[in-house]
Amino acid sequence: MKELLWLIPALPFIGALILILAGSRLSRSLVPVVGAGSVGLAALVTLLIGFEFLSGTRAPFEQLLWTWIEVDGFKPEVALYLDSLSLVFIFVITFVGFLIHLYSAEFMREDEGYSRFFTFLNLFVGSMLMLVLANNLVLMYLGWEGVGLCSYLLIGFWYKEEKNGYAARKAFIITRVGDTAMAIGLFMLFRTFGTLDIQAILSGAQDTWQVGSQTAVAIGLLLLGGAVGKSAQLPLQTWLPDAMAGPSPVSALIHAATMVTAGVYLIARMYAIFELAPLAQLWVGIIGALTLLISGFTALTQYDLKRILAYSTISQIGYMFLALGVGAFSSAIFHFMIHAFFKALLFLAAGAVIHLLHHEHDIFRMGGLRKKLPVIYWTFLIGAASLAALPLITGGFYSKDQILWYAYAGEKGNIWFLVAAMTGAFVTSLYTFRMVFVTFFGTEKTHVGHHAGTLMTLPLVVLAILSTLGGFIELPHTMGHVQLFSDHLSTVLPAISLKEGVESSEWIVQLIAAGLSLTGVYIAYFLYVQSPQSVERIKTSVNALHQFWFSGWGFDAVYDFLFVKPFLWMARTNKADVVDKAYDGVVVSTGYFHRGFAWTQSGIMRWYMVGIVIGTILVVTLSLIYY
Amino acid sequence: MNTIAVESGLILAGVLFMLGLISVLVRRNIIFMLISVEIMLNAAGLAFITAGAKWVQPDGQVMFVFILTMAAAEVSVGLALILQIYHQLKTLDSDAANKMKG
Amino acid sequence: MITFYIAATVAVLATIMVITRYNMIHALLYLVVSFLAVAIVFYVLGAPFMAALEVIVYAGAIVVLIIFVIMMLNLKQEAVDQEREWLTPNVYVGPALLSIILLAELIYMISSSGTTAIREEMLDAKAVGLSLYGPYIIGVELCGILLMSGIVGAYHLGRQKKKVVHRFLELKEE
Repeated sequence: MKELLWLIPALPFIGALILILAGSRLSRSLVPVVGAGSVGLAALVTLLIGFEFLSGTRAPFEQLLWTWIEVDGFKPEVALYLDSLSLVFIFVITFVGFLIHLYSAEFMREDEGYSRFFTFLNLFVGSMLMLVLANNLVLMYLGWEGVGLCSYLLIGFWYKEEKNGYAARKAFIITRVGDTAMAIGLFMLFRTFGTLDIQAILSGAQDTWQVGSQTAVAIGLLLLGGAVGKSAQLPLQTWLPDAMAGPSPVSALIHAATMVTAGVYLIARMYAIFELAPLAQLWVGIIGALTLLISGFTALTQYDLKRILAYSTISQIGYMFLALGVGAFSSAIFHFMIHAFFKALLFLAAGAVIHLLHHEHDIFRMGGLRKKLPVIYWTFLIGAASLAALPLITGGFYSKDQILWYAYAGEKGNIWFLVAAMTGAFVTSLYTFRMVFVTFFGTEKTHVGHHAGTLMTLPLVVLAILSTLGGFIELPHTMGHVQLFSDHLSTVLPAISLKEGVESSEWIVQLIAAGLSLTGVYIAYFLYVQSPQSVERIKTSVNALHQFWFSGWGFDAVYDFLFVKPFLWMARTNKADVVDKAYDGVVVSTGYFHRGFAWTQSGIMRWYMVGIVIGTILVVTLSLIYY
Repeated sequence: MNTIAVESGLILAGVLFMLGLISVLVRRNIIFMLISVEIMLNAAGLAFITAGAKWVQPDGQVMFVFILTMAAAEVSVGLALILQIYHQLKTLDSDAANKMKG
Repeated sequence: MITFYIAATVAVLATIMVITRYNMIHALLYLVVSFLAVAIVFYVLGAPFMAALEVIVYAGAIVVLIIFVIMMLNLKQEAVDQEREWLTPNVYVGPALLSIILLAELIYMISSSGTTAIREEMLDAKAVGLSLYGPYIIGVELCGILLMSGIVGAYHLGRQKKKVVHRFLELKEE
């Protein structure tokens, strides 16, 4: 069964190929069968292989497909590597991907680019699977670029609107900056190890570098740069909110569940480098902590439903980075999995709400949907509860809690990380339930058009179940000490070691965290349901702060000033195109020479005679000089 | 009687040649140009004779015969061409024959 | 020896006169004088046959040919005026400069090489003939061909084709 591993990335690619070649000719009902079916089959194969893997020794399995390049000892292959880490990822990608494909089958039905949409989605799923299954960094980079491309194509899906194209370009260019840093990191890795095979690097890293070696730190920081770009962390986080211009299934799949977690995967995969470069790992944590705070506060001020969720995504990935930064690798992956479930759920439900309300995005113009759209309300509520990490009943509680604990108790953790994480948890709960209360409670301001069909509600239900039950596979020490998930990953990722004598304070941290999330819910309830006027008063009293947070802490303005404006100025100044003028210069000077020489051909015989005489003089003089 | 320096003969040839050269460069009338060329050819022949006299061999004189023949042929063809130019351009101005300019 | 220097002076002076005349016929006559002087120089240098040939062919045939063509062209006083107009003194500046440079280099080359030599013998027609029809026979043949091509060329190029003009245009030309 393991030999069928290659089918997992191949099936979506085949689906994309079929749709490229014949998509426009297939009927409206056949397109989603191809599109969703390919991913569904991939999910099935994943399930079967997963079963076999989990019931066996969990030893890594490598499947060589063919050798890609072979040049002077540089030999990246197209080979797939299955171990516990990649199994988690392909499970999430194919499953959540399949659910989102089902959802899109109904969501995008009226759209004229129906088959184009599924083509890009399939291409994306294939590239993402390639990314996580690659056994060497070159193949991973292929997948990395592939998902970047598909992200661009899908954000700008409705290309007829100019701002969608702008958002797509912004996403692509910003992630490109990160990709370049990563590429340089890959070059340095190759220079050190002579190969880019991941396992070779991981096993050879200890022998090659001392702890804290300069090269390791440099490579770590560069890889962090790549991860930061793809995962929309500081300072490259500005593209994700604008990427909400794409259709909601796109936001769910790419910008919540999978692509933005590629950075997390990269850092987790290359853990050995970060273990040997404490400075780089510290920066991973710092960036995670800062990002989760900044975007959390920004989410508090947004009124576009999808933008709130976008900033929330940035914030939650900040949690994952924070976990990676303190060495809690399996916690980061655990949070990734749970986050994929509830964030995809939230985006799909938000998409349904927006769609059913005739493309109304402003939450302050929604309201009272609790009674009108019950299924969507309940699933959204479950997702929001998981996001806010409501204690005990939600998956989010267990995953986020673990991160909070290790942020303090881990060997590389410190109190500041804990404070940041806790503040973030409070803010998360606050803005999440602000979103819930304003959207679903109160009076109805926009009327519901029609209701969602099965294909849209079924994925919501499934994801809601997963985000609740998913948490129970990893319970903390104080509550039964179930360690299914971290045991699963222990074959790949190193376990975290705790500081001395802190085990006993775990329940304090848990209590505080639970308290914070509940407090957030209550405050949100008080402000938005019971007395909305107080919100207005608060907003006007701190208006400057509100504006600052609303604009994403001014990052867009800074980048506009530093990069966009100079570039546009250069383009405008160079409108006459200096380089072209240089080429023109060759032409023009040739013309001058031509005219000059043509002038000497005057047709007057005496002139030619003079030429002959001058030539004679020159020759005679030269011969006299040299003899 | 024959105690003349070779250099004098050659210098005489050189001076005559220079005079012919000046004339060619200065004159605008085609026929005068032809006459000047004849002067130059004559000077060249003189140089040959002088050289032959130095080595007391007839080779210089043979060369002069060839030059003479060539000059005769050249003058006849050249004059025929001058006649043609005169009939085409109605003038003996060499600057008038400048269709090959530019 | 003194003959040589007198003849040389005459030749140079006559050539200078050739250069500066406005009237073609005058120039040609001075040219004849120059050729005669050069013929004397040839005789002094020990080449009597060449002296004779110079006078017969150069002065006698070529110059006469040129005179015939000038007469055929039927040039009048206006040609002389034209020449006076074209031949101003400041035209001489450039060419004179170039020629003097060349002459200087020539004289330098001549005087810096070799020593003064003295000649003695007369190389008469017999010696020339033996050389011409001996080792240089092929040159003679080629000269023959050259002269023939000269004749043919001169005849062909000298022909005037009658220009046929339509009678309407003929009227226009007047």
